[in-house]
Amino acid sequence: MSLEPGLNRTSNAEQVEFAAAGSWTSAHSELLERLVDAASLQVANTRSIAINMAGVQALDTIGAWLLERLIRYWRERGHDAAFTSLPEHYRGLLDEMHRLNLQARPLRARPNRIVSALENLGRTTVGFRGDILAFLEMFGALNVAIGRVLLRPLSFRLTSAVHHLDRVAWQAMPIVLLITFLIGCIIAQQGFFHFRKFGADAYVVDMVGILVVREIGVLIVTIMVAGRSGSAYTAELGSMKMREEIDALRTMGFDPVEVLILPRVLALVCALPILTFFGSMAALYGAGLVAWLYGGMSPEIFIARLREAISVTHFEVGMIKAPFMALVIGVVACSEGLRVKGSAESLGRQTTTSVVKSIFLVIVLDGVFAIFFASIGM
Amino acid sequence: MAIRVRDLVVGFGHQTVLDHLSLDVRRGEILGLVGASGGGKSVLLRTIIGLLPKRAGSIEVLAVDLDRVDPGEARAIGRRWGILFQQGALFSSLTARQNVQFPMRENLHLSDKLLDELARAKLEMVGLTDEDGDKFPAELSGGMTKRVGLARALALDPEIVFLDEPTSGLDPIAAGAFDALIKTLQQTLGLTVFMVTHDLHSLNAVCDRIAALADGKIVAVGPMRDLLASDHPWVRSYFQGERARALAHS
Repeated sequence: MSLEPGLNRTSNAEQVEFAAAGSWTSAHSELLERLVDAASLQVANTRSIAINMAGVQALDTIGAWLLERLIRYWRERGHDAAFTSLPEHYRGLLDEMHRLNLQARPLRARPNRIVSALENLGRTTVGFRGDILAFLEMFGALNVAIGRVLLRPLSFRLTSAVHHLDRVAWQAMPIVLLITFLIGCIIAQQGFFHFRKFGADAYVVDMVGILVVREIGVLIVTIMVAGRSGSAYTAELGSMKMREEIDALRTMGFDPVEVLILPRVLALVCALPILTFFGSMAALYGAGLVAWLYGGMSPEIFIARLREAISVTHFEVGMIKAPFMALVIGVVACSEGLRVKGSAESLGRQTTTSVVKSIFLVIVLDGVFAIFFASIGM
Repeated sequence: MAIRVRDLVVGFGHQTVLDHLSLDVRRGEILGLVGASGGGKSVLLRTIIGLLPKRAGSIEVLAVDLDRVDPGEARAIGRRWGILFQQGALFSSLTARQNVQFPMRENLHLSDKLLDELARAKLEMVGLTDEDGDKFPAELSGGMTKRVGLARALALDPEIVFLDEPTSGLDPIAAGAFDALIKTLQQTLGLTVFMVTHDLHSLNAVCDRIAALADGKIVAVGPMRDLLASDHPWVRSYFQGERARALAHS
């Protein structure tokens, strides 16, 4: 039934006739496009053109549109073009095509590459201001929600907060312990390997202890939490936004910040110090294990040296930073979540932005803390 | 016969949704499927198009048994049907025009100019303007989303279109226009339409035959007057309720 289409030209003095044949359907669309393009030029100056449809076995919208386009092309050039022997059942489709695509589509000029690159740069720079405003807006809304909850403590969503605490603290514990343990091992091994060259084995403990408790412990844990829980917050809130769940909450008179965001951020603020503490312990444990098995330092000596090397101050410096870092992650993740637009692509983009931005801000914040603690002598 | 379903059994866990169901859809007809909410209408549609596994029975679409074909043939069948999902299921990262062009671009090797013209023609056929074509799905209203979905389903001039509640969520004017559009397309393109619907008006206006699904089986099938005369209790309460009677007398 599916025959090769054809468009055969016969001409006499006053008329050119094209005999259309075969299946004018999408299955042969490439051939059809070529046939029609070729035929459009084969009419010279003959006034009258006819397309004989008697041989057409099947016709669909692609075929009908190509025929309609051909007829239009000829008519625009002053020819007298028409269908002949048109079977009744094709008439509806061709009439339908005749009504479509009547306005010429305005051609859009393609923008210059350099100009569009510059435009992009400009937009990104201006967008930076929007980013800061969105962050501050979320931070402010969070403070308002906290104020409202302090006035009416019963309105706090405790169940939700505990549920999120379970997700971001308890369920994150195994992977956080594993990774910090490995990082502790690696730092200790590198320390022994290089310090041994000038006989400073004993100072490996000082280095590992201070590094882990003050900086590495909290940073590694924060970065993991940003990747694991921050991205989850953004994706959750983003898909709620897409499905209009957040609008539904708002119309019922609830504040989405109070209902959805405050429990999440509070859970994160509680979880991060806990994870940092256990993560630091795991790193020190790993370092002790490497010191014993690789560095030949007995656990008693390791613990004694550790006690001399690190003080409560170092421990405090690490732990004080944790809740602030959690706050930054939570606020960034939630504000990016609420900026998701309707498409799946935008959800992916905001989730990426959330993780990248929170890791960046956390490292900047760590630098600010370093300056602060140095100047107050901690 | 466009679709032939025999002794179809579909279930989830301990629950049997479709129980030895048989149904025929003839070529060139518009068949409306009605049934209670949660009664398995969408399950039947999704099983026929191969999205849900079946436990027993056979399904033939366009004389092809989808269980016995290799992946190449299954792909070929995909070009011969078009599906309008309930929520439109438009690709959210493409504009409306690109959504319509997607099946054509993947399956046919056409020039960009012709692709553009065809996409515009399809969008105009479903009553959208050229400017609408530049919008992303997130910027379209519910009715426009359905129209773009239908234009995409029709992109390759399929032999069968499956419509899952095409008029739900549309106002009566838009729903009426949609019904008229489906009828026109059936007449001009010779389409077979399998339509899941709750809209009594479209059942009355466009469907050649109606199949009623109850208790996991097709309990009645035929033109509107046959269903009005049916004595199955569910069909009676569906078609002889106030709303149906008002339509039948109008």
